Amino acid sequence: MRPLITAIGLLLGWEALVWATGVPPYILPPPSRVLAVLVERSDLLVAEAAWTATEMIVGLLLGLALGAALAIVFAASASWRRWALPLVIVSQAIPVIAIAPLLVLWLGYGMASKVAMAALVIFFPVVSALYDGLRRTNEGWLDLARTMDASQRAVLLQIRLPAALPAFASGARIAAAVAPIGAVIGEWVGASAGLGYLITLSLARGQTPLAFAALVVLCLLGLALYYATDWAGRMLVPWQSQGE
Amino acid sequence: MTDLSAAPPLLVHRARLAFGDRLVADDLTLEFPAGRTTCLLGRSGVGKTSLLRWLAGLLPEAPRSQPVAYMAQSDLLLPWLSVIDNVLLGYRLRGDRAALAAAEGQARALLAEVGLGDRLDDSPAQLSGGMRQRAALARTLCEDRPVVLMDEPFAHLDAVTRLELQDLAARLLAGRTAVLVTHDPLEALRVGHHIRVLSGSPFTAGPPIEPTGAVPRDPADPALLGLHARLLAELRGLAP
Repeated sequence: MRPLITAIGLLLGWEALVWATGVPPYILPPPSRVLAVLVERSDLLVAEAAWTATEMIVGLLLGLALGAALAIVFAASASWRRWALPLVIVSQAIPVIAIAPLLVLWLGYGMASKVAMAALVIFFPVVSALYDGLRRTNEGWLDLARTMDASQRAVLLQIRLPAALPAFASGARIAAAVAPIGAVIGEWVGASAGLGYLITLSLARGQTPLAFAALVVLCLLGLALYYATDWAGRMLVPWQSQGE
Repeated sequence: MTDLSAAPPLLVHRARLAFGDRLVADDLTLEFPAGRTTCLLGRSGVGKTSLLRWLAGLLPEAPRSQPVAYMAQSDLLLPWLSVIDNVLLGYRLRGDRAALAAAEGQARALLAEVGLGDRLDDSPAQLSGGMRQRAALARTLCEDRPVVLMDEPFAHLDAVTRLELQDLAARLLAGRTAVLVTHDPLEALRVGHHIRVLSGSPFTAGPPIEPTGAVPRDPADPALLGLHARLLAELRGLAP
């Protein structure tokens, strides 16, 4: 309840500021104007949001799959880890915004380049969280498995992996929070649809209220993705909240 | 079930146990008699757990001489498996489907014996501490190995639960070669056919103490209480 009151207070302050200073709407539109645009242009906003949401979700799924696969390979094989882990770290040292134009050049203005961009920012937190989880298995469980003559593979699949799922879930939450960054950067660099594209376009045309409306929708989209991932994570690891 | 009359003795011959720089035991020779429960009693830090881990093949450069079932201080139940799947963990890990199917009946029977017959599909988080340790006991016995190693398995439990679990363990361990590490003289006296007191650094094992009477022994038995007092005095006299 309190955050809602704070938010309403801030919106009222913003409205009052615009009214008092008389700043034109193409510089700073009042919240009432943004709300009106949200309603008026809802068809357009929903269509663009659907496009961006698809990029984010496909990117997230791809990034999660890629990250999980890499983390499992690293945990299973020391030689793979030595060969590939440094490359993974280097891939993160390159700011994604710097290679965004390249991805657009290679993959085109369509959805593929945005999905690739989102997957690229997502997979690292996933690899790092899951790999950490896989390395920190309760020693007691590993000892127990050893006295039971379990193979390395059985220990990885039946003990280390399920034990690392809470870590994977927290990696996935971070991934969900950064997924919009990848998608929107991709749309800024070159696109013909999506909320990021709509923001750039409407700002260039002086339609600042529409840009704000798109921003609001983007924000809601990010929140929805985060909470959906959080919920899915809790479904995946129901024992996490029960101690241990 | 394994033919328990075939339970082998467990022999330690001139073993050297080291933990990094620290020499835990040197030139250690011990025999754990076949089909009997031997309790290793000693103060904290003397090296009881190291010896047990050595016997289990869990220390580096310590090949295990034969298959064992191992029970640690904490129950080590996997939170994502049901109680019965935890009891069958060894079979699941070894991936032998036929053996897994064959062991299921035994797992049910063992869980019924430890009083968890109606909690088969519960998750470990739904069980109390005593129930969890009983499930761990069922898992240890379901492994059906002739040698059972237990490291202070009841240390975390309240006094009454501990007594109940000692009774249960003494009954279910009958016929197996078992080694139970404990710092509680009363526990050793209740469930051990033989008791060895470990002391010194590097440690040595005292002569076997063999209390009379069948296990689990009655904690109110005056002879047992006399021995208890004697063992406590002995442990007190030892450097920690």
